[in-house]
Amino acid sequence: MSLRLVVDWIACDARGVCAELFPERIRLDEWGYPIISSEPITPDLEHHAQRAVNACPLMALNLRRD
Amino acid sequence: MTQDNARNTTGISPPAGIPRLLPPSPCTDLMSHLRSFGPLPPAFRHVIDHVNASGLLGRGGAGFPTGTKMAAVEARGRRPVIVANGTEGEPASAKDRTLMMFAPHLVLDGISTAASALDASDAIICIDSAHGQVATTIAAALAERVVAGIDRVPIRIELTPHRYVAGEETALVHWLNGGDAKPTTTPPRPFEKGVRGRPTLVDNVETLANVALIARFGSEWFRTVGQPAEPGTVLLTVSGRVGSPGVIEVPSGSTFSELLHRVDTEIGNIDAVLIGGYFGTWVPSALLSELTVSHSSLRSAGGSLGSGVVFVLAKGACGLQQSARVIRWMADQNAGQCGPCMFGLPAIADAFELIVAGGRRGRDAYSRVQQLLPVVERRGACRHPDGAVRFTRSALSTFAGDIDRHLKGRSCAPEPAMLPTPITGGWR
Repeated sequence: MSLRLVVDWIACDARGVCAELFPERIRLDEWGYPIISSEPITPDLEHHAQRAVNACPLMALNLRRD
Repeated sequence: MTQDNARNTTGISPPAGIPRLLPPSPCTDLMSHLRSFGPLPPAFRHVIDHVNASGLLGRGGAGFPTGTKMAAVEARGRRPVIVANGTEGEPASAKDRTLMMFAPHLVLDGISTAASALDASDAIICIDSAHGQVATTIAAALAERVVAGIDRVPIRIELTPHRYVAGEETALVHWLNGGDAKPTTTPPRPFEKGVRGRPTLVDNVETLANVALIARFGSEWFRTVGQPAEPGTVLLTVSGRVGSPGVIEVPSGSTFSELLHRVDTEIGNIDAVLIGGYFGTWVPSALLSELTVSHSSLRSAGGSLGSGVVFVLAKGACGLQQSARVIRWMADQNAGQCGPCMFGLPAIADAFELIVAGGRRGRDAYSRVQQLLPVVERRGACRHPDGAVRFTRSALSTFAGDIDRHLKGRSCAPEPAMLPTPITGGWR
C-alpha cells in the first residue's frame, strides 16, 4: 500500500502553498504549478504530505492510498 | 453461454465480407434499411454478452472493449443514459459524419439496441452544431422511426459546440448537464456518474453501428472479418497526397501497403503519414510496410490508430511547417482550465514555430521544446496536452532531417496548409 499525491488540475490555481510545505516531493514549474515527484512518500514524510493537502486554499491536492 | 445467436428468423443474410457499415450510396430511408438488414431485434441484457463475445473495441479512438463498458454501466444498477458521440472533433476525420449520412438508421439502431439492453431512460445522439447536413439527415431518420414506433427509448439530437475537446466524454457530459463543453476531473467517469448524475454510456457512432450488426447477426459473424484480438472493420479517413481520398472501410489488421494500394498511392512517393489524427502521430514511410491498421500494431510503433485518420504527406512537402500549424491549433484548443496545458502548449507552439524559422533562434527553441515536453505531459485533467505532446514528439522525430536543414539556415519555402485548422466557436 503506497501513498501518492494527486492534483486536481482544474481546481489548482498555482498558489504554491503545497510546494512551500512539502518541498521534499513538490516543486513548481515555471508557471507556478506543482510538479509531484515520483519518489515514494515514506512514513516519516506522511505528515508533511497531509499538511500540504490540508493547506491548499482550493483543496486541489489530495492524498490517495493504493 | 448458449450457442451464438444468429437469430436470422427473417432470412436476411448478414453482410459477407466488406463493406458492413458503409453502403456504396447513402441509404437514408427506413424501409430500404430494413429490407437490407431485417427488422431490429428486441434487445435485452443478453446483448451485452454478445458484444463482449464479439470482441468489439470502441471506434472513437481509445479502443476500449465496448462490452466491458456496457457491463460497467449496467453494473451500477440504475437506469442509465446512452450518449452516442457523433461530434467528430478531429479536423482531418470525416468517417463519423459519413457514416451518419450514409447509414443513419444503422447508427440509430445501435443506440436503440444499447438503450433497450441497458434499460436506459434517455438516449441522445450528439452532433457538432457546425455539421448541419448531418443533423438534418439524422433528424429525418428519427422522424421516420417515430412514425414507425421502432425505438422503445426515444432518441433525441443535441447539437454540440464546435470545439476540439467538446467530444471528450466528460466534456460532452458536462455540456449535456448545462455546463461548458470542457472536460471535468475524473473520477467519477461517465459510466459511474454522467448525465443528470446517472451512469452514462458514451460510445462513438461507429461503435454503435457495429453493436446494431452484432445484435442482428451475432458475435461469431462479427469475428469473420478482422483479427482475433481486434475483430471487425475500421472506418478510415484517407487524405493528403493520395490518388483516391475519402472514407473507406477496411478489415481491422489490413496492412498499410494494402490500404495505400487501394487508394491508388505509391509508398515510394510518401514522406510520412499522419495516423490517428492530431491526437495521433507521424509515421515515416520506411516504417509503414511493417504496420497494420490496428491499435496493437500502431501502439507498438509508439503511435495510435485513434479516430482512423490517415493523412499522406508527399515527398517534397515540409512536415515541419504542417506540424507547426497543427501544434498551434492544438494549443489554441485548450480549455483554459489546467495551468500546464494552457501555458505549456502555447509555449511549445511558439518554440516549434521558431524551429521552423531556423537559424540560431531555432536552435535555442529546439532545446526549449525538449525541456517543455516532459513538463506538460500528464499534468492536466484530460488527455489533450498528452496528445499534443505526443504529436509534437513524433514530428520532431519523423522530420529530424528537415529540422537539421532548417536549423542550418536552409528552411523550406513557405507552403500552403495541407491539414485543416478550423475556426472554432464558444463553449456552450
